[in-house]
Amino acid sequence: MTGRPADDEPILRIDNLHKRFGQTEVLRGVSFDVHAGEVLCVIGPSGSGKSTLLRCINFLEEPTAGTIYVDGEMMGHRVEGGRLVGLRATELAMQRVHIGMVFQSFNLFGHLTALQNVIEAPIMVKKEPRAEVEKLATALLDRVGLAHKAHCYPAQLSGGQQQRVAIARALAMRPKLMLFDEPTSALDPEIVGEVLQVIQALAIDGTTMIVVTHEMGFAREVSHRVIFMDEGVIVESGPPNDVLVNPSHVRTRQFLARITAPVTRAGAEGTT
Amino acid sequence: MTAEPSAARLPGANALERPVGRRQWRLPGRGDLPRLVRKPARWTLLAVVLVLLAMLGHLLATSSSLQWGVVGHWFVNGGILAGLVRTLYLTALAMTIGIVGGTVLALMRLSKSAVLSLAATAYIWFFRGTPLLVQILFWYNIAAFVPRISIGVPFGPTLISGSTNALVTTLVAATLGLGLNEAAYMSEIVRAGIMSVDARQTEAATALGMTKRLAFRRIVFPQAMRFIIPPTGNQTISMLKGTSLVSVISLPELLYSVQLVYARTFQTIPLLVVACLWYLVVTTVLSVGQHFVERHFGRGESRKRSASFMERMRARQFDQILS
Repeated sequence: MTGRPADDEPILRIDNLHKRFGQTEVLRGVSFDVHAGEVLCVIGPSGSGKSTLLRCINFLEEPTAGTIYVDGEMMGHRVEGGRLVGLRATELAMQRVHIGMVFQSFNLFGHLTALQNVIEAPIMVKKEPRAEVEKLATALLDRVGLAHKAHCYPAQLSGGQQQRVAIARALAMRPKLMLFDEPTSALDPEIVGEVLQVIQALAIDGTTMIVVTHEMGFAREVSHRVIFMDEGVIVESGPPNDVLVNPSHVRTRQFLARITAPVTRAGAEGTT
Repeated sequence: MTAEPSAARLPGANALERPVGRRQWRLPGRGDLPRLVRKPARWTLLAVVLVLLAMLGHLLATSSSLQWGVVGHWFVNGGILAGLVRTLYLTALAMTIGIVGGTVLALMRLSKSAVLSLAATAYIWFFRGTPLLVQILFWYNIAAFVPRISIGVPFGPTLISGSTNALVTTLVAATLGLGLNEAAYMSEIVRAGIMSVDARQTEAATALGMTKRLAFRRIVFPQAMRFIIPPTGNQTISMLKGTSLVSVISLPELLYSVQLVYARTFQTIPLLVVACLWYLVVTTVLSVGQHFVERHFGRGESRKRSASFMERMRARQFDQILS
């Protein structure tokens, strides 16, 4: 899983990102790049700002300071006469089209079937013709192994199946970048594997993605780079074998020691 | 003490053995009396209810003031049926105003604008805080308060102007009175429905590039409907009966049509029974309709597609047993 070009324009560039909620500063200057085809895993203790980081990238949370570029385009702002001007809601919505997001709690639309969940945004937001979208959606549901559940409502699906539909729904927008916010944390241990397999397959196919996860086995197997965050800053960043196996920082070592069992686990499938 | 080593014969173990599935129906014997005595409240109540039912049945069958022939005659009378039709379209008009107005008020209340939110709150405060009957009388007499109604630039030139009396007829007064009052109640129902949809649904829609407006229209509102429909059905049934209030402003809906007849014939009780029977017929039809509308908007809620309410309840119990 190497051979990604390193010197080209990054898909995502984050520069000195800050986010403050009232008195608490959740992100305190985060900067990194993600290149096309790269798989980046973000790990760290809860409350370290991982989820906020993802939510700032697609402006579900507006950053307090710092800039984010997606495929060279600045998120949420535009330079006008040498000054930064906030984008209008409709413009910001169009920028979000390029970023797919998968949530910890799936958040499928409860009143729509699996297929309707997948085709909703391409038809309503991108105004693509229904027949084409349905073809793409059926193919995507097949890819996540749920073609036979296309006409089921979310309540009729297991957690793992719901999350796979949510992945198909995000992919249907053909995003340049996928964000996974703890995609398996709400799942029973025995079905974590089926979701991780789908994400791994996407990674192998060259999907650019950032995955916030507690699955250390998955991070080691699938990612090109791992970022360890604590208290709103990046403590350590590098290839998974460095960060996860021979971490250079004390805080990383302490964190990994606390969740040692998952690290020594063999693969991403979660076969325990 | 003979040698019977069976441990199962011990009295303690024997007490746990209950004859299961062996009960048969038989005539009550002497041993059954304690069972009756054990639940005296239930048996007393049952006896009282049976006596009351018998008395009611006797009254209905033999009362001289309740003439079933008269009831039958007026039940299908043209004037009464015309009143029934007026009741129906008054209900439809008032509920339309109530639902549209209530949705607008709910959106105003949920709005970030303090002025809009406060205006909606004030409206609801006023219309819920004064009796509906007073509001109806107020609209009926509005001409005394605002003699002329004009359309034009506010505080500026007038385009069209008319006398309030000509514009606000009895029907308009009744519709406004019922509809504007209903809007206040509906707004609370709509607001509760919208707020009961998980905020993460909007978040997921936003992440897919939907604008707030589109997310509301396509994702939030359809799901809010599931919470809005059942109480709206109840409101419609209430409204149907509530239209009888406009008899005070002489609008010949069902009750007033009946009153017109018995003022002439003095057959008060049979004609009030006619009105009651028609209200019951329509509320029954509305209840059945509500059941099907609820089922439509409840789709996706259960594991089984378009399962009935009872099936859903049973499925839920089954799930609890399994888990």
